[in-house]
Amino acid sequence: MKSLKAQDHLLSSSEAEIKLLESDRSGFSGDRFAKELEKTDLFPLKPTRIEILQINLGKMCNQLCRHCHVDAGPDRKEIMGQATMQECLEVIKSHKIATIDLTGGAPEMNPYFRWFVEAIRAIDPEVTLIVRCNLTIILANPKYHDLPEFYRKHRIEIASSLPYFTAMKTDSQRGDGVFDKSIKALKLLNEQGYGIEGTGLVLNLVYNPSGAFMPAAQSGLEAEFKKRLTDKFGITFNSLFTITNLPISRFLEYLLRSNNYESYMEKLIDSFNPAAAKGVMCRNTISVGWDGYLYDCDFNQMLELKVNSKDSRHIRDWNERSLTEREIIVKNHCFGCTAGAGSSCGGTTT
Amino acid sequence: MKTYYNPEDLKNFGKIGEFQKPLADKFFDYYGEVFAEGALTAREKSLIALAVAHTIQCPYCIDAYTTDTMEKGCDQEQMMEAVHVAAAIRGGASLVHATQMMNKVKEISM
Repeated sequence: MKSLKAQDHLLSSSEAEIKLLESDRSGFSGDRFAKELEKTDLFPLKPTRIEILQINLGKMCNQLCRHCHVDAGPDRKEIMGQATMQECLEVIKSHKIATIDLTGGAPEMNPYFRWFVEAIRAIDPEVTLIVRCNLTIILANPKYHDLPEFYRKHRIEIASSLPYFTAMKTDSQRGDGVFDKSIKALKLLNEQGYGIEGTGLVLNLVYNPSGAFMPAAQSGLEAEFKKRLTDKFGITFNSLFTITNLPISRFLEYLLRSNNYESYMEKLIDSFNPAAAKGVMCRNTISVGWDGYLYDCDFNQMLELKVNSKDSRHIRDWNERSLTEREIIVKNHCFGCTAGAGSSCGGTTT
Repeated sequence: MKTYYNPEDLKNFGKIGEFQKPLADKFFDYYGEVFAEGALTAREKSLIALAVAHTIQCPYCIDAYTTDTMEKGCDQEQMMEAVHVAAAIRGGASLVHATQMMNKVKEISM
């Protein structure tokens, strides 16, 4: 399996993705999401304030997950350079941002990852620093084996995808053998104190459905995950975040290939929840691409929809006022974040 | 090809009130209450519904509760176990009547 980009797949073009999402193939053509939002008092969607800076360190990854909205994989070479990281550090230094969230790909595969983490910590020892770790990277190569110690040393909060507490469902989404490796990695993180009460070392898991259906209720599923992972593997963690799969990139390709596209979109639209829309993550987050450009969220980043700000479209031109006053770009993929209990990188939004 | 069952009809279940609204409203209110969290979790109720759907062999219900159990976080193994529960009760219901057959055999045999 290769990334959509390496396959030269039509859906590796964000233009083609947006065109498809705006087509009338199941009666939700054009700017349907904007129209839905207009019925609430949320349109045009505006930020509340910038609390989270989510930085994508690159599309390179050791895994090739079937639902990946980044279209990440070993064949993707786009990674953030040190100069762009330095520009991010300037913003972190001069603006009080509560949370820095490092994502990818596998962010740890960026050769400057450790340097960047250390630099952030040197600027702000207290900032919440999240790394979205895919778990298997820890075992992928001896040079990554000490990552759990590195995370602990810098009091990094870990957010890791684990679609289920069994191998069948996990491997069907993330690749053969991923579940067993993830379990080993979780044990290594537990050994460092991650997910253990009283240590202050946070280990959160992320669940997203392995197919064309909606996620389960977060609290009930968290209890189920905790029981199963503790009983069978002796693993503990802090919280489970449930996330809805957004219809872009590889998940969109899967929906089309499996003839689930129309019914999935119908379900997302039917489940539109204004309360969930109020709490969407784009209202308090700025997403930074590997090349330094700014986006409303990671999904808009993958669709190459840069922030709607005249003078602050790149990290080097950071203008907090302009960013806070911008209108957030919404398209039909946004129905994924507003369905049911809502969905964000931190789980449900209601 | 025309068939008696059309998957698209499932979406129109809520429209049965078109011909008789008060009873449909009562039914759907009741239905909603039944499947809400209670002494049993919504997840447990969904698995029961999946098992019953197989017992009554309702294609609409099988489609609906396959999706619903997955959306409640169940996996294939749990769902198949629920169907086996239905099958065991259904098979057992036949077999337990064998006691009647055995009684009759004994009654009319020397």
